[in-house]
Amino acid sequence: MAKVRGAIVVNTQICKGCEVCVPVCQEKVIGISSDVNRKGYHYAYMKNPEACNGCTNCGTVCPDRAIAVYRVKVAT
Amino acid sequence: MEVLDIIKPENQVFCKSQLMTDTPLSYCPGCGHGTANNLIMEVIDEMGISEDTIGVAPVGCSVLAYDFMNIDMTQAAHGRAPAVATAIVRTWPEKYVFTYQGDGDLAAIGTAETIHACNRGENMVIFFINNGIYGMTGGQMAPTTLEGMKSSTSPYGREIATMGSPLKITELIANLPGVYSVSRHALHTHKHVRKAKIAIRQAFENTRLKKGLSFIEILSNCNSGWKMTPNDANEWMVENMFPYFPLGDIKVEGKLKV
Amino acid sequence: MSELKLMKGNEALAEAAIRAGVDAYFGYPITPQTEIIEYLMTARPENRTGMVVLQAESEIAAINMVYGAASTGKKAMTSSSSPGISLKLEGISYLAGAELPAVIVNVVRGGPGLGTIQPSQADYFQSVKGGGHGDYKLYVLAPASVQEMADFVEDAFDIAFKYRAPVLILSDGLIGQMMEKVILKDQKPRLTDAELIEKQGNWAVTGKKGRERNIITSLDLQSERMEARVHRLQKKYAQMEQEDLRFEKINCDDADYLIVAYGSSARISQKAVELARAKGIKVGLLRPITLFPFPKQALFELANQVKGILSVELNAGQMVEDVRLSVEHKIPVEHFGRTGGIIHTPEEIVAALEQKIINNGSFRHHKTRESSIL
Repeated sequence: MAKVRGAIVVNTQICKGCEVCVPVCQEKVIGISSDVNRKGYHYAYMKNPEACNGCTNCGTVCPDRAIAVYRVKVAT
Repeated sequence: MEVLDIIKPENQVFCKSQLMTDTPLSYCPGCGHGTANNLIMEVIDEMGISEDTIGVAPVGCSVLAYDFMNIDMTQAAHGRAPAVATAIVRTWPEKYVFTYQGDGDLAAIGTAETIHACNRGENMVIFFINNGIYGMTGGQMAPTTLEGMKSSTSPYGREIATMGSPLKITELIANLPGVYSVSRHALHTHKHVRKAKIAIRQAFENTRLKKGLSFIEILSNCNSGWKMTPNDANEWMVENMFPYFPLGDIKVEGKLKV
Repeated sequence: MSELKLMKGNEALAEAAIRAGVDAYFGYPITPQTEIIEYLMTARPENRTGMVVLQAESEIAAINMVYGAASTGKKAMTSSSSPGISLKLEGISYLAGAELPAVIVNVVRGGPGLGTIQPSQADYFQSVKGGGHGDYKLYVLAPASVQEMADFVEDAFDIAFKYRAPVLILSDGLIGQMMEKVILKDQKPRLTDAELIEKQGNWAVTGKKGRERNIITSLDLQSERMEARVHRLQKKYAQMEQEDLRFEKINCDDADYLIVAYGSSARISQKAVELARAKGIKVGLLRPITLFPFPKQALFELANQVKGILSVELNAGQMVEDVRLSVEHKIPVEHFGRTGGIIHTPEEIVAALEQKIINNGSFRHHKTRESSIL
């Protein structure tokens, strides 16, 4: 069991589907949805939610700050 | 543990700065301008100086910066932000003043203003976003367009013989005594963003300590101008721009890094 | 205590700026007005009033420095001469579009191009018809003496802040370089930052303390909003015409003929009026003090009284067009003026009045006029 669990919330309306967050996520959490937002952008989402450790790499590089990151300690 | 349990407010460790407005950014998807705008506001917010900061937005992709940056800002004519900022800092010496300019604005039409504001060592911060092209007007050659790099006004690639070589304006101004600190950064990975954030904070610290001119160049992709996807553009930037415009400190505490 | 001094026009203007509580002056050398920045650098007003004085790298940088200081509500000004003013026109258009108070001084020299360094009034169109791009006008004050060079600085700032608009003082090399008695007013204290924020904090970018943030811009990509902005500017100009028109009438009550002249030409024309009256020609002088707003109504009324008007300007004929417009071609309006930096003499003016207006029986109303200087 991971000592820490993380999760991201993507603001799907302001995400522009630029995918810059994808390569910086070491845990390969983020995928690009086949759905589109109202502007026609395929937005990012947590493809592998369990793998997320809340490291904030994705949030840091997102040009539109569309990603909020959460992290919580988990009792081992 | 369910995702819903994780994403409780108390568990939030990162989000958009409250110093950024809710206006969606006008920048193209994946553009470094967005990251730069946000990062600067994050630093200003963390330093608690938003009420004493005045920004100067130029002409270029970032002309609408004041729609996104929730601080007092004035819009300068193309190339003239360093002059506009000079007057603000001279008449309000206790304020934090910064300009936020692109390569065309700072290194083409505004070359004289850039050099002389630096030479006077104005106590302010110049942010220089270098994406090697004129983005707003649709991808024309800029002073920092690399040799062989195509643009709408160098369709066969930049030719040194007829168009001159890419201008290293940052190294140029670093030699001016009035310039206190100079560094070059990128924002395409979390490591680079964190390093840039430290430099941005240091720059505003320099202003607080009245050390003179702090100059931060940020290399950026230009996806629409370069006609690449954001990640491809970032890779291209690493392979092509980094060798010509090396990252790192160029001048620290008034001394050139050898 | 006000002081009586003997000063050059340029220097009187510089001293008056300090005494008017100006916050910042940004300049650049160009004959015939360099004395202004030289005087300010020597006087070091930062020690007297805290006023900032800076020599910029170019006229373009200087006007943008004015834009910067004006954005924060400070009283900022610059000065230059004709070619330098051409370089500043983009910045001036920005000042008008962003609705910023500022004062610009043009000590005019002969043009076009590098021209000459002697006096001229050939920048009339550039000054009065906007000059830069877009639907804007400048409030233009035209000093005709060293005293007015001094007095008009404070007047200009009053108008600039009343309307939040750039104001131009249109002088020339003669007025700038000559020495005359001048009464200088007492020192008016500069506003403290707190006083300024209280007065201008609702629009100026002084740092968003205790309020929403302010933005200074002339950009509006939404046409409806841009149109509203343009209309707001036109309303200001209409109000200027209503409330802040200034002109002077000399010997007009019994005049059969009229001379219209401003600045240095007005001084010389006063002598011409004397000479003409000595010859039995009853001529009066109308001196516009503001070139915009222009004294249209006064001219329209005088056109019912006089038989012809001579517009005397040190140029090839510019204000003459506005005089014709004002009198709606009811009576002959002709131009006389030396150019190239040559100053016309009172005798030349009287001769021109006789030759072009009095003896010129045929009223060539609709015929195209051959150039007035040939």
